[in-house]
Amino acid sequence: MSESHLPRNGHTSLPLGQAPCGFRGRVDAIEVREQSGGLPPAEIENRLLELGFVEGAHVEILHEGAFARDPIAVRINNATIALRRREAMAILATADGTG
Amino acid sequence: MSTALATSPDPWHFALVGTPNSGKTALFNALTGSRQKVANYPGVTVERKAGLLLTPAGRSVNLIDLPGTYSLRGRSPDEEITRDVVLGRLASESVPDLLLCVADATNLRLALRLVLELKRTGRPVMLVLNMFDLAQRRGIKIDCDRLAAELGVPVVTAVAVKRDGTAQLLARMDEIADSHLAAPGQNTWKPPGAADLRAAQREADRIIATAVGMPERPDTLTARLDAVLLHPIAGLAILLALLFVMFQAVFSWAQPLMDLIQSGFDALGVIMHNALPDGLLQSFIQNGVISGVGSVIVFLPQILILFLFILLLEDFGYMARAAFLMDRIMGSAGLHGRAFIPLLSSFACAIPGIMATRVIDNRRDRLTTILVAPLMTCSARIPVYTLIISAFIPARHVWGFVNLQGIVMFGLYAAGIASALGVSFVAKHFVWREHETPPFMLELPDYKLPRIRSVVMGLYQRAMMFLKRAGTTIFSMMVVIWFLASFPRPPAGATDPAINYSLAAIIGRALEPILAPVGFNWQINVALIPGMAAREVAVAALGTVYAIEGGKEAAAQIGQALANKWTLATALAVLAWYIFAPQCASTLAVIKRETGSWKWMAVTFAYMITLAYIASFMVYHVAVALGAG
Repeated sequence: MSESHLPRNGHTSLPLGQAPCGFRGRVDAIEVREQSGGLPPAEIENRLLELGFVEGAHVEILHEGAFARDPIAVRINNATIALRRREAMAILATADGTG
Repeated sequence: MSTALATSPDPWHFALVGTPNSGKTALFNALTGSRQKVANYPGVTVERKAGLLLTPAGRSVNLIDLPGTYSLRGRSPDEEITRDVVLGRLASESVPDLLLCVADATNLRLALRLVLELKRTGRPVMLVLNMFDLAQRRGIKIDCDRLAAELGVPVVTAVAVKRDGTAQLLARMDEIADSHLAAPGQNTWKPPGAADLRAAQREADRIIATAVGMPERPDTLTARLDAVLLHPIAGLAILLALLFVMFQAVFSWAQPLMDLIQSGFDALGVIMHNALPDGLLQSFIQNGVISGVGSVIVFLPQILILFLFILLLEDFGYMARAAFLMDRIMGSAGLHGRAFIPLLSSFACAIPGIMATRVIDNRRDRLTTILVAPLMTCSARIPVYTLIISAFIPARHVWGFVNLQGIVMFGLYAAGIASALGVSFVAKHFVWREHETPPFMLELPDYKLPRIRSVVMGLYQRAMMFLKRAGTTIFSMMVVIWFLASFPRPPAGATDPAINYSLAAIIGRALEPILAPVGFNWQINVALIPGMAAREVAVAALGTVYAIEGGKEAAAQIGQALANKWTLATALAVLAWYIFAPQCASTLAVIKRETGSWKWMAVTFAYMITLAYIASFMVYHVAVALGAG
């Protein structure tokens, strides 16, 4: 896709689904690879976009659940969204300070 | 067109659109007050909320509150309604003259994207910045003129929860209607794809960057509260404590009120009994009408207390957090994180529990929860359980300290929970196999103090909905049950109790061949029929068929009679039956009401009675094989 979807400055971007609690960074790309919860990848992508997960947005993982550290609460710009790590795997982000 | 509108006596039709948590419903309540009508859209179970308001110029406006949505894509039946009304596709609705897009002024990102999408429909749009006082207090600077210029739609501010907080909005309605309603543009809307959503969100972010100034010190109250309330351990502990208080309240605070209502209706029944001559009319008024109305009203205290908690927690912003904390635990059984409050309340009574499933947005998740809620051991089962346990299970201690009767009681509760989890697991993996539970994605709104007015209004609406819609069904079922237990009348000089000559007895005897394999005699079958009114009624009914006077108070005597006439195997089979059997007409009525279909009521009845039959069959035969026959 476009330039902005590529990791910046050679730093690999991390799927938000693997990021630890307290992670801060910027969204590089939304790339849904597999279907989830019976929904096709395109629908998952649309839902993430509708909740404000677009390239360039600032994200921070504020909280995580007690079991398997799932789900996670993500601060995105000025709002907080809860989602499961499985769906958060589609959100690729670069940590602040590494870009 | 505009002059036609100004002189035409027809009211305008405005529609409220907005993202979840935008305070849309609070604004709707503030604008329409008590002039509201809640109904359903034809053919679907989506709630239709409409109301009337008067503009300062004296123009009447029909305002419709559309289900909250992030876009017009229509991902659920609720969102499809929003899309169809906005696009004027719904034959039963007038095309809205003006779309009022409600936004939380402290959180504009997603709302502005929705405004950009709404503009494409060609309908006139006005952006309402709700909770504007909160934004000001937090130091968020919104340049409304700039915002209006960038978006190309009028922008007004509002504070739905304050008196006169909607004055500016009302004033602008007249003004805007004259200029903007004039020429609806062309509809260029099509379902947005990923590229459209990206572009629109970038545009919205650009507009925010030009028109909104964020404070240097962001709101920290929500962050500080969440540090505790969403803490993996402390958060769960607080949630459990909260649930404990809630469960206690529904279970025990309601009890005195329910007793009061019950004795009030009993007393009224006695008064009518004494005022009327003996006979059919007397019995109909006392046992059909008065106890029928009573059986509806008696649920009100529990419903009001439960919804008081739910509305307070919802308005405070905690509900979404609770779903966050419970998602993983509930999810393993195929249930939504939000299902735990309805299921927990079902321990007191499945009726408020089933009504509380409204907090679950997704229809399939909600249906699963409704289906399994009656399996939770409700308080009406307790009299039946205690009667049989005290008559058949020796009060002996095992392993030195555990009461055997207590173990059986615990086992009955555990069996209820286990079967509820099992049924929802089966529903998820085998029934709805091709439609998995959608992913859990939820906005966690900032905490806000609940407003008394909106809580009271919400309580009133729930109570009316229950009385009007579920109430009529419950009442008619009570009358049918009375009829079955009273007709035909006993012949003159009959010595047996009257119920033994009734249709209930005829049905009970007819059921004998079917229920004999599970160890039930015909007396039990007869008691099952009035027991449909409410489970605990079966206790009194057993007393009646065994000709014991004194109703519920005579439990000890009934227990003795049962101990003489039933085998242990039969008693255990009855217990197993009561874990599963759909022995409650009111629950079935509420399921019909909440799912909007007889089908789901029938499904619940069928699966529960099948489980009940299998369970009591197995229990009876195992017990007989072990020598308890």
